[in-house]
Amino acid sequence: MAQIRIENLRKSFDQFTAVEGSTFTIDDGTFFAMLGPSGCGKTTTLRMIAGLELPTEGKILLDGEDVTFHRAAARDIAFVFQLFALYPHMNVGENIGFPLKCQGMARREIRERVQETARMLRIEHLLSSKTSKLSGGDRQRVALGRAMVRRPKAFLMDEPLGALDAEFRHLMCGELRDLHDRIKATTVYVTHDQLEAMSMADQIAVMNKGRVEQIGTPQEVYDRPASMFVADFIGSPPMNFLRFEGGLRSGDRAVSFHDTRLAVPEIREDRANAPLALGVRPEHIRFADAGAVRGEVFGAEYLGTTQIVTVDTAYGRVAARLPSSASVQIGETIGLEFNAERLALFDVGSGLAIRTANGEGRRHG
Amino acid sequence: MTAAATRSTAHSIVEASPRTKAFAGGLVILYAVITILPLLWIVATAFKSQSDAIAYPPKVIFEPTLEGYVNLFTVRTRQTPDFIAKLPPPQTWYDQLVRKRDMVIAGPSKVVPRFVNSLIIGFGSTFLAVFLGTLAAYAFSRFRIPLADDLLFFILSTRMMPPVAVAIPIYLMYRQLNLTDTRLGMILLYTAVNVSLAVWLLKGFIDEIPREYEEAALVDGYTRLQALRKVVLPQAVTGIAATAIFCLIFSWNEYAFAVLLTSGEAQTMPPFIPFIIGEGGQDWPAVAAATTLFVVPIVMFTVLLRKHLLRGITFGAVRK
Repeated sequence: MAQIRIENLRKSFDQFTAVEGSTFTIDDGTFFAMLGPSGCGKTTTLRMIAGLELPTEGKILLDGEDVTFHRAAARDIAFVFQLFALYPHMNVGENIGFPLKCQGMARREIRERVQETARMLRIEHLLSSKTSKLSGGDRQRVALGRAMVRRPKAFLMDEPLGALDAEFRHLMCGELRDLHDRIKATTVYVTHDQLEAMSMADQIAVMNKGRVEQIGTPQEVYDRPASMFVADFIGSPPMNFLRFEGGLRSGDRAVSFHDTRLAVPEIREDRANAPLALGVRPEHIRFADAGAVRGEVFGAEYLGTTQIVTVDTAYGRVAARLPSSASVQIGETIGLEFNAERLALFDVGSGLAIRTANGEGRRHG
Repeated sequence: MTAAATRSTAHSIVEASPRTKAFAGGLVILYAVITILPLLWIVATAFKSQSDAIAYPPKVIFEPTLEGYVNLFTVRTRQTPDFIAKLPPPQTWYDQLVRKRDMVIAGPSKVVPRFVNSLIIGFGSTFLAVFLGTLAAYAFSRFRIPLADDLLFFILSTRMMPPVAVAIPIYLMYRQLNLTDTRLGMILLYTAVNVSLAVWLLKGFIDEIPREYEEAALVDGYTRLQALRKVVLPQAVTGIAATAIFCLIFSWNEYAFAVLLTSGEAQTMPPFIPFIIGEGGQDWPAVAAATTLFVVPIVMFTVLLRKHLLRGITFGAVRK
């Protein structure tokens, strides 16, 4: 198993820059998710770690060894593709054993290792099947088996659940995490699906336009987003942004929000007058007649245990997550109250979070 | 409206009506007859006697003879009946057949070496064109090549004029290089003509193979060439077979360059066949026999690869 270190990694294709100078370390045994919209550079980063693309600049270190320009085969890492990439002219057992065959391992030993891997994935009964006859989930298991059989230093997975249907994806999430807990291999997992990243990863790197916006545990990324992009990308519905203009003083526990004062976590930096945004997660909103921000209920979306109520306010549309027992009339005017401890503040110009007592301890990319 | 009437007038996307099927079947048979009839005529003519072959009205029913084939494979001299009577009795059935026409066999004709030339040049150039085409197509499909589109257009542009348009420069070039009337020269020439077609066809096929397959193999420990040979090629078999058939058909049937550049040693069948007629008058049965034999290898090759050819033509139309 291995630690992966990325230093100032940059990749450009002709005019287009896919990855811009990111630096981070993936600790040994971590389940590390790279999360972002399509085109954010997460897959390119992964392919550079794998050796399928060469970086324009920067370094990749595996356990301290510089492997930036090593051939893919020389890095001892395994790659799981979204489309599984099972070889259609081989059966399941041959597919799983293929990496060992490449290494020139003896046939008997290959058979043992394939059996052992298949047992772990509970696909022993499929070993002599054709890959074209398998269900999506079994194909995924075979692809994982082919990755595991070699006992590589690290697993790289490129949206491995992207081709499965929603129900199955959930099941495989559980299996993948369980597998990781058992073999404790460093895993880099690329996805655009925040639920996959949140439910499986130890660490999440949120990427946007080739840059890592934030690295942290799922909780950190969700509760203390480092930028408006992260706050908006993670969470469904995303964080609400209420825009206002004002200056900030270190030590203050309230801001002048339009005509009123709103309590916020203690501010830790001074700011001159500038356009700012107050970030509020939908679940940190309560309906209260005394609420400082008032609005008219626009619609409600019933989700079983909770409901998402959309409210038109003077500062834009706000989504609030309320218990589904709360009765809400469309068109009624209500007041909104925020959970002051959990609010975030952003500088609209740069999009970055402003340091507060709530945001302490997060890392920028 | 009755049920039957409804059935016959309603549009059906599931199954054609019996009448439509019969009509379609008839059309297919008609087309088959039009294309196959000349071939059948040639096969039949090969078994006719010289007088039957030119009889008018044409004879559909005739007494078959192997004279055409014997004439194709032998060189004969005409002798007086007295001379023939003095010879020892004929050793073989074909000696006998020839003597009935007041001739004796002087030796084998050139058809076998010509046929061998055709095989070597046809299959040799097909192999080379497909081999080079596969490598080039793989490179165009997988690597970022500067000016790839322009290069591909340039490769295609060699097909934009009839190859014969450059016959004279090629003839002069070949004379300088001592390549005229050599098998190597013909193989190189047909390869050059076919390789552009091969690159374009094969690029399409290789584009269809997801690159994840070979990337998986690269990560698992193969080199690029091993991945190409063990992972990409097995999946490109269909495309390669289809391309090989097209290349072989061209180089097998090519006439103009063969006439211009070969006369002896390296002469292929197409320029040879017309010469058969010259010996001993209008020997159509021998010509028909040569044509029949000439068609056999390509028919066999195509039938063997038929499955691939059909799939090859419709490849990529439907995603699996």
